Amino acid sequence: MTAVKVNNIVKTYGKKKEITALSDISFSVSKGELFGIIGPDGAGKTSLFRILTTLLLADKGGATVDGFDVVKDYKAIRQRVGYMPGRFSLYQDLSVKENLDFFATIFNTSVEDNYELIKDIYSQIEPFKDRKAGKLSGGMKQKLALSCALIHRPSVLFLDEPTTGVDAVSRKEFWEMLKRLKEQGITILVSTPYMDEASMCDRVALIQAGKILSINTPQGIVGTFGKKLLAVKSNDMLRMLHDLKKSEEVQDVYPFGEYHHVVMRNDSKELLRSYLEQKGQSFELKETEPNIEDCFMALMKTS
Amino acid sequence: MFYGINENKLIAIVSMNEKVIVVENLTKKFGDFTAVDHISFDVHKGEIFGFLGANGAGKTTAMRMLSGLSMPTSGKAMVAGFDVYRENEKIKRNIGYMSQKFSLYEDLTVRENIRFYAGIYGMSSHFIKEKTGQVLGELHLIAEGDKLVKSLPLGWKQKLAFSVAIFHEPRIVFLDEPTGGVDPVTRREFWHMIYEAAASGITVFVTTHYMDEAEYCDRVSIMVDGRIDALDTPQQLKKTYAAGSMDEVFLKLARKATRAAD
Repeated sequence: MTAVKVNNIVKTYGKKKEITALSDISFSVSKGELFGIIGPDGAGKTSLFRILTTLLLADKGGATVDGFDVVKDYKAIRQRVGYMPGRFSLYQDLSVKENLDFFATIFNTSVEDNYELIKDIYSQIEPFKDRKAGKLSGGMKQKLALSCALIHRPSVLFLDEPTTGVDAVSRKEFWEMLKRLKEQGITILVSTPYMDEASMCDRVALIQAGKILSINTPQGIVGTFGKKLLAVKSNDMLRMLHDLKKSEEVQDVYPFGEYHHVVMRNDSKELLRSYLEQKGQSFELKETEPNIEDCFMALMKTS
Repeated sequence: MFYGINENKLIAIVSMNEKVIVVENLTKKFGDFTAVDHISFDVHKGEIFGFLGANGAGKTTAMRMLSGLSMPTSGKAMVAGFDVYRENEKIKRNIGYMSQKFSLYEDLTVRENIRFYAGIYGMSSHFIKEKTGQVLGELHLIAEGDKLVKSLPLGWKQKLAFSVAIFHEPRIVFLDEPTGGVDPVTRREFWHMIYEAAASGITVFVTTHYMDEAEYCDRVSIMVDGRIDALDTPQQLKKTYAAGSMDEVFLKLARKATRAAD
C-alpha cells in the first residue's frame, strides 16, 4: 500500500518564477515506512512538506496522501496527517497541557482517547504540564510538538527537520522515539540536514537544490558508491591534503573527520601508498566504507 | 587547501603562549540556577578552539559572557586583553561574531552588508573600499556584489557572513554553529576559511553539532551541566575516553548530563 505518492512536482517562487524550489520531483512512500528526506538547507525539503500537508500549491505535478489528492481532497488530508513544522509553532502562552488539549479538541478527540500513542513521549514532559510552552527547554518543546502532532492518531506523520540544532545525544533519543512510533504502524516522513541520520530510515531520498539525487535504502545508496574509498592520516593533514590534490591519480579528496578520504582513478591503494611514500611524510592508509555523506558529495559533484 | 589537525601547529601555538582568552572559575547564575559553573580554560592566539556541549549545557551563556554581552556572577575572564566586567565595550570592538541564526541583513546587498558592519566597527571608508574588493574576489562574489543577500544560496551566505565577521580584523572570532544546515561540500569550504583565518592569527572559538568538525579543531572542550568536563586535543580525548571517534567521546560525556536540555 502506498501512503504518499508524488508525481513530477515543480514549485517555483518569485514574480518571474525565477527561484526553483522543487524541480520535477517524484517518489512514493509505502504504508508504515520511515522515509527520510535528506539534504542541506535550501534543498526544497520544507516546500515539499508544505505541498504534501496541503499548505502550499505546486506549480505542476500532483501528489496523494493516503490516496487523497493534495488539492481536491485537502480537507480529508488535514484530518489524517500530523505535521511538525521546522519552526516551533505551538502557542507559547498556553501551558503544555492546554496546547495538547487544544490540538485534541480541534481534531474532535481527547488526550485520554489517544494517550497510549503519545505516552512514551508525553510522559517525559508531563511533570511540567502546567508550564507555559514558551518557557520550555528546546528538547521539551520538541517533545510537546511531537505529542501535539500525534494526538489525533494520524496515519502519516510529517516531521520537518525535527533534529536541527539539537545535540548528538538528544538526536539519538529522538530517533529512538521515531522507531517506536513506526512500530505503531504510522508512516513517517522526516527531513534532516544531518547525513548520519540516514541510517535510521528504511529508505531515503537525497535532495539538493530541488532535485532528488538518489532514492534507495541507506545500504543501497552506499552500495552505489562504486569506487574503493581510502582513508589517510598523518601528523600534518594540511600538507597531506595539498599533496593529494596534486596527484593526477587522485580523482577526489576531501577532509572527513580525523582522516582525508581519497578516491583513486584506478582504485589502487598501492598506487596511493607509493605516491605518498615518495612525499616523505609518515602516514596511515586504510580502506574504509563510504557512508551517506561520501555518497552525497559524490552525487553533488556529478549532477 | 585545507589545514586539518596538526600537532606541530598546536605545539607552535601553545609555545608562543600568547593567551587571548583566559577564564578562571567563571560562573553565571540565574536565580538559584547555575548556568555556567566555575569554568576555567585558556585559548591561545591562532588556535581553533571547539566549544562543544549538549543543548542546555551552558555554551551560549558562556559565549555571551566572553563576548561582553552578559555580566558574570563570579570568576574572572580576560578576552583580547580586556576584563569582561569593566571593559566589555572594548571586548566588543575586538571580537567578531557570527551565528547560524543571525548573520546578515537579507534586504541589504552584499556590498551594503559589508559597509554596514565595517562602519559599525569604525573602519575607514578607504579601508572598506579596498578590502571589499579583496574579500569579494576571494569569495568569487564580485558579480553578486550588488545583489540582495536573500537571493544568495545558504552556503554562500554563510561564507560571506564569516568574511563580514572578520572584516575588521578582530583578534578573536566567535562562531556559533556556523555550518548548521550547510551542504557537505560547502561545509568543508567553510572550514578552509576558518583555517586561513587562524593561520593569519585570528583566534577561532567555534561551536558545532557536527562531530566530524570537532576533529578539525586544535583543541576541544566539552561542557556538561555548566561545567567543562573535558578539554584536550581530539586525538588525546579519544585516547582518554577509549573512543574511536569524537562522536563517541561526546556521547560518553554528554549522557552523564542530568540537566534538561534548553
